[in-house]
Amino acid sequence: MVAALFLIPALAGLAAFVIRPHGVRRALLLGAALAHAALTAQAWRRPPTPALDGLLSLDELGLLFLSITSALFLAATFYGIGYLRHQKPGEGQDFGQGLAFANAPEAVFTGCLLLFLAMMTLVSLSGHFGLNWVAMEATTLASAPLIYFHRHSRSLEATWKYLLICSVGIALALLGVFLVAVAATDPARTTVSLMMAELIRRGGDLNHIWLKLAFVFLLVGYGTKMGLAPLHTWLPDAHSESPSVVSALLSGALLNCAFLCILRGYQILAAAGCAAFAQDLLVLLGLLSMGAAAVFIIGQPDYKRMLAYSSVEHIGILALGMGLGGAGIFGAMLHAVNHSLTKAMLFLVAGNLLAAYHTKTGDRIQGALRVLPVSGALWLAGFLAITGSPPFGPFLSEFTVLRAALEQGHVVTAILYLAFLGMIFVGMAGVFLQMTYGRASLPAAERPTHETLLSILPPTALGIAVLILGIWVPAPLLDLLHRAASALGGF
Amino acid sequence: MQAWTDLVLILVILTNLALAGLSSFGTCVRVLAFQGVLLGLVTVGVQQGDLSLHTLVLVAGIVAIKGLVFPRLLLRAVREAGVRHEVEPFIGFATSLLIGTLALPLAMWLTSHLPRVGPAVPPLLIPTAFHAILIGLLLIVSRRKAVTQVLGYLALENGIFIFGVGLVRQATLLVEMGILLDVFVAVFVMGIAIFHISREFDHIDTDRLSLLKE
Repeated sequence: MVAALFLIPALAGLAAFVIRPHGVRRALLLGAALAHAALTAQAWRRPPTPALDGLLSLDELGLLFLSITSALFLAATFYGIGYLRHQKPGEGQDFGQGLAFANAPEAVFTGCLLLFLAMMTLVSLSGHFGLNWVAMEATTLASAPLIYFHRHSRSLEATWKYLLICSVGIALALLGVFLVAVAATDPARTTVSLMMAELIRRGGDLNHIWLKLAFVFLLVGYGTKMGLAPLHTWLPDAHSESPSVVSALLSGALLNCAFLCILRGYQILAAAGCAAFAQDLLVLLGLLSMGAAAVFIIGQPDYKRMLAYSSVEHIGILALGMGLGGAGIFGAMLHAVNHSLTKAMLFLVAGNLLAAYHTKTGDRIQGALRVLPVSGALWLAGFLAITGSPPFGPFLSEFTVLRAALEQGHVVTAILYLAFLGMIFVGMAGVFLQMTYGRASLPAAERPTHETLLSILPPTALGIAVLILGIWVPAPLLDLLHRAASALGGF
Repeated sequence: MQAWTDLVLILVILTNLALAGLSSFGTCVRVLAFQGVLLGLVTVGVQQGDLSLHTLVLVAGIVAIKGLVFPRLLLRAVREAGVRHEVEPFIGFATSLLIGTLALPLAMWLTSHLPRVGPAVPPLLIPTAFHAILIGLLLIVSRRKAVTQVLGYLALENGIFIFGVGLVRQATLLVEMGILLDVFVAVFVMGIAIFHISREFDHIDTDRLSLLKE
């Protein structure tokens, strides 16, 4: 059953490359997404048995991140089917500079989308450091063609930066994986295992110097993919140039998978008694990411780039929460869920705005509430949620992280954290509010007559989930979050 | 066996220096292919005569992919892009060669601070691996053409691989093959991207890919 979680999207993805009729291929996409979600839900009820000698296994952390991926992919599938239906197969025009482009074949897009899901699933399932690396690198390769769906020079540039920077970063993570193996090499034994469960069990025997060096490389390598500043340079380009449905998955699901890889390294360090070393690094990079995001969000004219920088900010919050330890770890886990749902919703709505207004410049959009009533309302709600305003979920998790900082006496960290959040709120408010309110900046003739169901239902569902999480975290989720946090040494 | 492995490692260092100083893509690709074969020899050398089926499969995979498949893919990308030489790199070839040479004592000094990992590892192995990694990073940041950046990525990957085969014995074959496959697909996808870049922009100068910035 563990294998099925990976095999269903992988095989469906391969099949999608060769299926000719659009209808059949889209049905396959939907079927695979539904089956994946059903299997994930089943794993909540009964933990699946490990397969392949434990190479594939699902623990609390894996289940948490797998569930996020699966839920977002399902939402993105519904949205994506509506999106693909409205894409004309021939030439198109870039909204930014009027560049003429042709879309990549839909078969390639769907196939890569499913393989992307398969690889993200493999990251969550893998109980082996090496396999984890293989899956993480494969996510880069499967998602690069997705960014280049609209074939024009801007998306090509974004794709190249993404491919090269992330591949180099992940290559350094491979060195980190090898260093973990060196740290675990025991002169008396001939074989060394990279299975996570065994490494955690042997925690005390591991060589601390090699292990710390390993974590530095894992953090730099996977941190590149996760978008931690100063390694985030590819992220705004890739997230703003790809189709919105892909941006939603990149921001909501992929960044979390990279975070999971760093957490795996952290688990080993904690087992060896070096958690403090890892935590200092995480706090440093976390604050740096929030600061970098704040600087670039203020005065950012492009609203998709603004969302991308907001992801850098929230990745920073995740790293900061982990670094603080204790209740901060629970805060980080909860924030991973909240941020994913909120950011995916915002990117999907951004896609609706882009389709109606044909521009990515926030200044040129006004009166979204009048032109697209549902999307406009969601845009406003999403803005409040992502900046951490009550009653939405991110408020709760950001508050938990703040409390952890104060309880542990990290006053400077707490002040910086609040200052960055404040700067980002102001920076985003200017653009978002002006886009939502006011007179419609589109002439009546160009306004869409109605919003299609497939374009508004998925973001609405995500928005409702974010709202519910802000008021009440369901008991099974709360339990899973606590178990995941305690697996990382928090509570 | 030890002297033989050392010789191979010294050859790897020399190929690193050649990559830093050469401007012709064709020659660089061939040097890299030779380095791929050397990588296979290192893998045999560190096993100290204990050749299992596992090692043989791994060596065959390394030599086939790094020594044969990559050069063909890259030479094709070079041909389609219609560019033969790296021109006006940010750091000149002579300077690159100097930096590359200085990177060797740097790698030795850095790795001398690491704890010992056992008598079976040749003393030159870890410095050689780090030297290749440094050369790879140098090529990626100091060159204009997309093709050279891919070559730099491969040099970096080779360095990491030397480290891996030297120090991590008996890892899972499935995972080792997965790593090779990933690198293969990465180069394949990068080759396609280079093809699209040269068609879209009529050049493959990555410093002129500058539409997207703040």
